[in-house]
Amino acid sequence: MPEKHLSSQFDHELTAVSTRVMELGGLVESQIRQAIYALSQFSVEVSNEVTVNEARVNAMEIDIDRDLSNIISRRQPTARDLRLLIAISKTTANLERVGDEAEKIARMVRSIINSGAPRSLPSLELRVAADMASRLLNNALDAFARLDVNAAVSILKEDDLIDKEFDGFVRKLITYMMEDPRMISPSLDLLFLAKAIERIGDHAKNIAEFVIYVVKGEDVRHTSMEKIESVIK
Amino acid sequence: MTTSTIVAPEKTKISVKNLNFYYGKFHALKSINLEIPEKKVTAFIGPSGCGKSTLLRIFNRMYQLYPGQRAEGQIMLDGENILTSKEDVALLRAKVGMVFQKPTPFPMSIFDNIAFGVKLFESLNATEMEERVEWALRKSALWTEVKDKLNQNGSSLSGGQQQRLCIARGIAIKPEVLLLDEPCSALDPISTAKVEELIVELKTDYTVLIVTHNMQQAARCSDYTAYMYLGDLMEFGSTEQMFFKPTRKETEDYITGRFG
Repeated sequence: MPEKHLSSQFDHELTAVSTRVMELGGLVESQIRQAIYALSQFSVEVSNEVTVNEARVNAMEIDIDRDLSNIISRRQPTARDLRLLIAISKTTANLERVGDEAEKIARMVRSIINSGAPRSLPSLELRVAADMASRLLNNALDAFARLDVNAAVSILKEDDLIDKEFDGFVRKLITYMMEDPRMISPSLDLLFLAKAIERIGDHAKNIAEFVIYVVKGEDVRHTSMEKIESVIK
Repeated sequence: MTTSTIVAPEKTKISVKNLNFYYGKFHALKSINLEIPEKKVTAFIGPSGCGKSTLLRIFNRMYQLYPGQRAEGQIMLDGENILTSKEDVALLRAKVGMVFQKPTPFPMSIFDNIAFGVKLFESLNATEMEERVEWALRKSALWTEVKDKLNQNGSSLSGGQQQRLCIARGIAIKPEVLLLDEPCSALDPISTAKVEELIVELKTDYTVLIVTHNMQQAARCSDYTAYMYLGDLMEFGSTEQMFFKPTRKETEDYITGRFG
């Protein structure tokens, strides 16, 4: 928030809760990185770490929600302040879901390793998609921290790329499964894994939509790109 | 700064056109243009000295009680300019009732507090008068609390009850417009909630204008909100829009408490 309230305590509370969301974002990003690392290295150890850290993500979400309830009940925020707090609440929920997806990836990695599947499965392509999703989330959090509408719009456009990547990957998995029925079980794990990555992109997109909501006061969920571009002008 | 007329999509009850107001040489209201919708609650907010109470007091020509105060421009009430009208000011005030910041019960019984004004404009027989008093007290959500002590002095009531008595007195003569100048600022939260509830109910029959320092109150009980600052009408719009996404930065700064 660029300008100060008459109540410096209110400013302090808003800054504090915004900072906590960024901390949660940082933790979730690290969870994704670790999960992807576990996948690329076939590491049970790293994937276990991700699962353990998931509890921290959940605890932070609860903390932030408590702070938000406190601010809303004591300050009765309006206009831009109200939009910011609603957006923080939604962003927190999305970040927690990203945390769930990271944990899901870690779990799938363990399942693939336990099934003794060969490393010939197309996991490299997943890493590309995962990097893309992770970068998208990073950009969304940056856009949120700076309340940068233009950055938010480019994230909305980029999410489509991840969705296309996912569709392509599914087609590829089908051919693997048709060639060798023994691949079906690990391929299904990979499919869930790919879906988790695709969902991370969706959550990043949601966060970007909330940036536009805070700054412009327009709800752009389920809205065409043309309409969004006319809103932000 | 000039404010263009902002038209609300409702039937207009009061149309303010290019209104200027002066306290002697002091220019207190500057070219106000405003359309106040019928049977809605319109709230006026803004910092002290912005002119919101001044504006309210023009609607029933209360300002004419004081020498040196003058209004220029037009205030059309149902198509007639009340500033130049030859109509008796008492008749105007019967049409445009007012309730003040502090409860002002007359030093007489609860019943007479309400009957007093009615007698000035209508000749009702005893039964009709009783019916009218009951109607006004019911309408202002006070009936059940005072029905057994109508002969007691009005000042024996609590502050919140006194204020609702004043509202009952105001509506007993069946006005078309009700002006409320900080009606809850001297009341506790429970009484405030009752008066706010009443305000919302009153709009089914009346056009209600309320001046308030309590922004949450404006947010809670009005349909339209006008933000005023230093004699200018800065922004006028639906309350929903004004509190969620005001158009002007000045409005947003005031509403979010960034006003310095």
